[in-house]
Amino acid sequence: MSIQIASKEIKPLRLNYAHIARRMGGDTKPASRYQEAVLDVQPTTNFHYPPTWEPNKQLFDVTRTAIVMNDWHTFADPRQYYYTSYVTARAKQQEVMDNSFEMLEKHGLWKTIPDSVLNTIRQVLVPLRHYEYGANLNNQDICDRGYGAPITSLASFNGFDRIGMAQYISRIALLIDENEETSLQAAREAWLHDAAWQPLRHAIEDSFVLDDWMEIMVAQNIVMDGFIYPLIYGRIIPQLANQGAGALLMLTQFMSEWYDETVRWSNQLMKVISAESPENASLLKQWVSTWTARIEPAITPIAALALGDQASAVVASVKQELLTRLGKNGVAV
Amino acid sequence: MSEQKVFLIFQDTADARPFIEALEQENPAATFDYQPGMVRIDGMGELKVTRDVVSEKAGRDMDLQELHLTLVSLSGNIDEDDDYFSISRH
Repeated sequence: MSIQIASKEIKPLRLNYAHIARRMGGDTKPASRYQEAVLDVQPTTNFHYPPTWEPNKQLFDVTRTAIVMNDWHTFADPRQYYYTSYVTARAKQQEVMDNSFEMLEKHGLWKTIPDSVLNTIRQVLVPLRHYEYGANLNNQDICDRGYGAPITSLASFNGFDRIGMAQYISRIALLIDENEETSLQAAREAWLHDAAWQPLRHAIEDSFVLDDWMEIMVAQNIVMDGFIYPLIYGRIIPQLANQGAGALLMLTQFMSEWYDETVRWSNQLMKVISAESPENASLLKQWVSTWTARIEPAITPIAALALGDQASAVVASVKQELLTRLGKNGVAV
Repeated sequence: MSEQKVFLIFQDTADARPFIEALEQENPAATFDYQPGMVRIDGMGELKVTRDVVSEKAGRDMDLQELHLTLVSLSGNIDEDDDYFSISRH
């Protein structure tokens, strides 16, 4: 006797929540988890109280930025990070970084780095933990006052990343000092008093108090990071690696990977916002040129700590890269 | 290229979605049959996906070998490299 197994298909009557089906223009295929996590999560109406600290605005208010979007859900994070995908990706990267730190410590690999190179690391890399912390504040501020769940959720994840990177830099400092705090203390002093760091500190502190959250987005995540990351992790660290600090490449791997991601989503964001209207495009242009003009001279003295007389030329090439990239995405300065 | 049928069958899961969407984009002539728990993709002559499109759909750099994690079955001669995966009939 043979048994015939017949499969019976039960079609679900609906694949998606109604609001997501409306967004997707029909209920033909199931939404991705990312779409479910961000689409129409932004509260838009029925707020009980105006905020006491800003009585002329609503709790969530589109007018907190001069950028006007017909629909704040036009932008989608190309990485499609929602809680689970973000945490999974970062947990993997964290494991790799932990292994790198462990291996270096176990085999004393940093002991082979020449003293002059170690000093450059102390001077140029370690104070950046304060910059990262400032970047975290800026991103959490965007999350707090921003509008549009795809953008605010991304800013929140970004803020967490910055805390993580500040911690990695601190761990590098503790590693090369064999758990003494001298480099950390010296870096704090440099950040507060050293002439080379003051223009950057001044710029980032000015960005804290900007009213327009989208300007903070441009100033921090596009212009400042667009200078600092290619300069420090793209130019200076590889050069130090050639001078005997190869181990450093392993300890800053996350930063390089993270910046590649940042380039992808920030390109997309600029493209979407500038395509919406000429007014938006000219606002972005204005912010980019203001902050580029401010940051270029601010990081040249920091570059000089590692690169000497080549600093200006290297910073200029980094700036050119940034402007070319933005030019391709609708923000030609 | 002979005009014979080739097919790929994927599990209908979130992990398979980037591959299914990329196949949809790159093989306009293919037919997609959503069956319970799986998706059957039929094509005449050839079905092909490239790594770039799959990565774009997934939002991260994908290794094309990840398709085997969600693949149920396929029929055809495989031609693959780091950058593309295709099945056809020789």
